[in-house]
Amino acid sequence: MGLVHLWVGLVGLVVILYVILDGFSLGVAILFPGAKDEAQRDVMMNSIAPVWDANQTWIVFGGGALFATFPVIYTVLFSALYIPLLTFLFGLIFRGVAFEFRANASSAHKRVWNRAFFWGSLVAAFAQGLTLGAYISGITVSGKSFAGKPFDWLNPFSVMVGLALIAGYILLGSTYLIIKTKGPVQERAYRQAFWSILIVAGFLVLVSIWTPLHDPAILGRWFSKPRIYFVWVFPLLGAVSFFTILWSLKTHREILPFISSLFLFISAYLGLQAGIYPYAILPSVTIYDAVAQRETLVFTLWGVCIILPVVLGYTIYSYWVFRGKVVAEEGYH
Amino acid sequence: MDVVSLSRIQFGLTTAFHIIFPTLTIGLAVYLMVIEFLWLRSKNEIYYRMYRFWVKIFAIHFAVGVVSGITLEFEFGTNFARFSQAVANVMAPLMAYEGMTAFFLEAGFLGIMLFGWKRVPAAIHFLATCLVTIGASLSAFWIMAANAWMQTPAGYQLVDGKFLVTDFGEAIFNPAFPTHLIHMLVASYETAGFAVAGICAYFLLKKKNVNFYRRSLSLALIMAALCAPLQVIIGDLKGQNVAKYQPTKLAAMEAHWETNTQGGAAFIPFAIPDMAAEKNRFAVSIPNALSILITHSLEGQIQGLKEFPKEDRPNVLVTFWTFRGMVAIGFLFLLVMIWAAVLWWRKRSFESPLFLKTLVAVQPLGFIATILGWVTAEMGRQPWVVYGIMRTSDGVSPIAVGNVIWSLILFMIFFAIIVASYFYYTLKTLRQGPDLSSPIPPIQRPAGMQSSNEAV
Ligand code: HDD
Ligand code: HEM
Ligand code: HEM
Repeated sequence: MGLVHLWVGLVGLVVILYVILDGFSLGVAILFPGAKDEAQRDVMMNSIAPVWDANQTWIVFGGGALFATFPVIYTVLFSALYIPLLTFLFGLIFRGVAFEFRANASSAHKRVWNRAFFWGSLVAAFAQGLTLGAYISGITVSGKSFAGKPFDWLNPFSVMVGLALIAGYILLGSTYLIIKTKGPVQERAYRQAFWSILIVAGFLVLVSIWTPLHDPAILGRWFSKPRIYFVWVFPLLGAVSFFTILWSLKTHREILPFISSLFLFISAYLGLQAGIYPYAILPSVTIYDAVAQRETLVFTLWGVCIILPVVLGYTIYSYWVFRGKVVAEEGYH
Repeated sequence: MDVVSLSRIQFGLTTAFHIIFPTLTIGLAVYLMVIEFLWLRSKNEIYYRMYRFWVKIFAIHFAVGVVSGITLEFEFGTNFARFSQAVANVMAPLMAYEGMTAFFLEAGFLGIMLFGWKRVPAAIHFLATCLVTIGASLSAFWIMAANAWMQTPAGYQLVDGKFLVTDFGEAIFNPAFPTHLIHMLVASYETAGFAVAGICAYFLLKKKNVNFYRRSLSLALIMAALCAPLQVIIGDLKGQNVAKYQPTKLAAMEAHWETNTQGGAAFIPFAIPDMAAEKNRFAVSIPNALSILITHSLEGQIQGLKEFPKEDRPNVLVTFWTFRGMVAIGFLFLLVMIWAAVLWWRKRSFESPLFLKTLVAVQPLGFIATILGWVTAEMGRQPWVVYGIMRTSDGVSPIAVGNVIWSLILFMIFFAIIVASYFYYTLKTLRQGPDLSSPIPPIQRPAGMQSSNEAV
């Protein structure tokens, strides 16, 4: 069943691309209240204005790809996580319109949209974490349908994951700002990155201990053969990333903090996947139960092989067009 | 109320909200593409100014379109999980392709379109505009294929209550698809044309920036004039398609109760259909007209609603009246464009205040026709979610009713806030008017540029 695994990998890739790309956009917005004046806020907003929509599109495509290739995950998860998912979308709505509305607003109204931008992003990040936490906690399924209760997703573990994700996005956002800004905004971003990496590291340790306690089967899978031979790579990569971030912040590097934060995210993500595979929905549905019909997988794969490289190409081009430090005056369109 | 009705209300409300914005962006993107082409070719400064002004309106609509669209994609899973699981193999790849081919294209080049003026050469900027335009129309292609498939499913095989694909070509190019797509695209172009024309007419009546708005109005009128007759013709084709593949829907659209056994079927311009009594009250009818419209023969037979069991009929009152509303707007648009052609022939396009006032008055009707058309198509499909095969009531998610009440209330509150802000900022941008003085970025300024010599 090579095709199924290929799709597991592709969906996984799309999800982590979304988490990283929209993660730094959300992170920049969560740091908004730290800015001292509208000019600084303009700089922060302009650092993501040309790219946020393309970043967010990864979740749209991720949703579509999941729906097409693992419909059981899509339908069960989305009914089970109805409330956190729609809360996430409500957050995205306010985050998204804030770009345009703030740009057209008078200074009194700007304050309203600054808040919408911040709260929208914060709520979206927290709800995403809740979703992830609830997903790890497991979902009651019978006959390929959700069979649990409306508030099954709410437990201390999922709340903790929600908080951890906020800290993680602050790390991504602040290290991104280090690349894109200079002067006081950049100085502040260095400090924010420093505090957030400490908090993130704390959360990572906490999650790593709590996850197997929460679901002992995960521990079993981590230490099963052949996984035992390589799972240690992920915490190692995480530890290396952690120290690289600290060191690069101390030496005032500009690009390295962001890059190593990406690796930190990737290491945590792969470590988690290694504990879940081959399950699609814990504790009982495997990827083979959840997968779509073969023809559908093949048909969608054609698109991915041909179109996705082109998409990646012009995404990189667009980042290249908007390279360099952001200045406030470059302003909105 | 139960999960079924609440989910339907929520889905209907959120799509109806969403569709307002794509309708404008799909059309306005074409308009911007033409303007930028003229700027590059004629090197006349006014086109640059026009682009920069209308793109602001475009950006506001685009942002609201994006955020409202995302909720829709998720609602398939949150609210219609059983439906989604049954149709995923056929319908979901279309949505995945929409993401890959359309949304990435739009989102990827929107940044350059809005912020790239000082960073990319003029030709690349034009290319970005073209790609955003193509992306917007491509997204219509995929989503209309998905929706058309729900109207006239094809290319599938039903196994254990699940739709398995037998042929993607057939599934995408299902019988309803061609007219469905073209009718929607033309609706977008026409709506955008009338929307822009109405705005221009308003400022011309106030005698503000006359040169600027005249130029904008002429282009918008050309767009609207090309679409208005086309839409009526496509609408007619669509009606025949519905008659062939969705006879219950057609009978409901026309409040046609009895199959005409001898003689033609009458067309009923006005009536109050009464579903309980299975007849029309206060009906005005034109003998044989329906047979002529649908079958192009005097006595062509058209199935009446009574041929279908009561539980398989859609809401006749709503379907009948929303359809009439749309068609009335279609013909009104056609009349306005005939008038415009007469004025143009006499070279007095901008002189008649009455004509300009009419343009202002019909400005929002395109959006209304679009929503009315969708309600006709979707409510007319009921009680089926996949026409004739799967009932809507079998498609909903196994969730508690409280969930949907919660989300529906929040949607209504949030959409109200967003609509109010959207109107406020759109009107503010319009009131500020075009920026006619800021310097043109050197990277964009073609050699031998002509100044527009804009007065007032
Ligand atoms: C005929 C056109 C049309 C129709 C019927 C729909 N949409 Fe739409 N949609 C668009 C045309 C469009 C668009 C023009 O492509 C938008 C509007 C603004 C934009 O940015 O893209 C868009 C945006 C948009 C987005 C955000 C994309 C992004 O992040 O860039 C999503 C997820 C959807 N739509 C999904 C849907 C779903 C699930 C629909 C049906 C139930 C739907 N749309 C109906
Ligand atoms: C964008 C314009 C659209 C509008 C205004 C619209 C409107 C509506 C309305 C009013 C309903 C409720 C009908 C009822 O229950 O009586 C509905 C239901 C629904 N529509 Fe649409 N729709 C649109 C596009 C689409 C598209 C493109 C799709 C699919 C790809 C779609 C799929 C559905 C589904 C799954 C339901 C719920 C089940 C049902 O009630 O049949 N809609 N829509
Ligand atoms: C005389 C003119 C018109 C005729 C005869 C006509 C005919 C139709 C018919 C028969 C349907 C239902 C199709 C179905 O249920 O599948 C429909 C749907 C629709 N109409 Fe019209 N129409 C006309 C004008 C307009 C105008 C002016 C607009 C908007 C500017 C418009 C927008 C729509 C939309 C958005 C839909 C739903 C989507 C679709 O089914 O494609 N129509 N029209």
